[in-house]
Amino acid sequence: MTRDQVAEELPNLAESKLTALVVDDSFVNQTIHQKLLNRLGIKNDVVTNGKEAVDVYCSGGNYDLILMDMDMPIMNGIQATKRLREMGIESKIAGVTTRANEGEKKEFMEAGLNDFQEKPLTISKLLSILHKLNFYVQT
Amino acid sequence: MNTIVVAQLQRQFQDYIVSLYQQGFLDNQFSELRKLQDEGTPDFVAEVVSLFFDDCSKLINTMSISLERPDNVDFKQVDSGVHQLKGSSSSVGARRVKNVCISFKECCDVQNREGCLRCLQQVDYEYKMLKTKLQDLFNLEKQILQAGGTIPQVDIN
Repeated sequence: MTRDQVAEELPNLAESKLTALVVDDSFVNQTIHQKLLNRLGIKNDVVTNGKEAVDVYCSGGNYDLILMDMDMPIMNGIQATKRLREMGIESKIAGVTTRANEGEKKEFMEAGLNDFQEKPLTISKLLSILHKLNFYVQT
Repeated sequence: MNTIVVAQLQRQFQDYIVSLYQQGFLDNQFSELRKLQDEGTPDFVAEVVSLFFDDCSKLINTMSISLERPDNVDFKQVDSGVHQLKGSSSSVGARRVKNVCISFKECCDVQNREGCLRCLQQVDYEYKMLKTKLQDLFNLEKQILQAGGTIPQVDIN
């Protein structure tokens, strides 16, 4: 999708000043997810596991959207999502993982996700997440 | 700018990238990565695939160590490595590598050490083959740009 097509799809996205946190232990996925977010004008940061995500919030950080991988060392996505919700964090959390069997998806959703997408992420999938979570302003 | 030379290089590039898809080295996710590359990040695809090849090298080495002793194979560790490799190959569109990982996982699940060793050898071969192919592709890109041309958008559907 070109910048013009993205702008057509979400005309006010750039003005919304959304922020996102990428939580993934893979440098490949970190790079791709950050690029996707940059393409949509979403300011973002990255951490490499669930514990770092929790620590960011404990230190006062806050993001509109968290892209949460499931399999990570130290603290995985399910544990991190549960922990964040226990802390009262209301940021939207979208699980992104290659594990797609129904049981694993259910467990991840029940941890407190707002949405779920199978990797690999693309612009279309990210737009789908943003639409689902009402992250756009209609003119 | 020599327009004939540029046109020839662009044609060569198109034919080469189409052949990579047709031969199963790449899938649509690679196209998605190419769409993300722009003037601000002209080396984005090369950067991402370089990270992928680093992953391959590290994970293959770790899995090789786990599979070394027949009497003491850590299949959980191997499975973890295969999962990570499958994930990153899927993310860059490395289709053949991903497909080997699927077979590799099946061997792990039944704790078939010989099967795992065969898959390990195959995944090593496939990622190195892809690395060479993509290096040739990026060299063609460089040649086009040096000749004053632009990289063609290629529709592989």
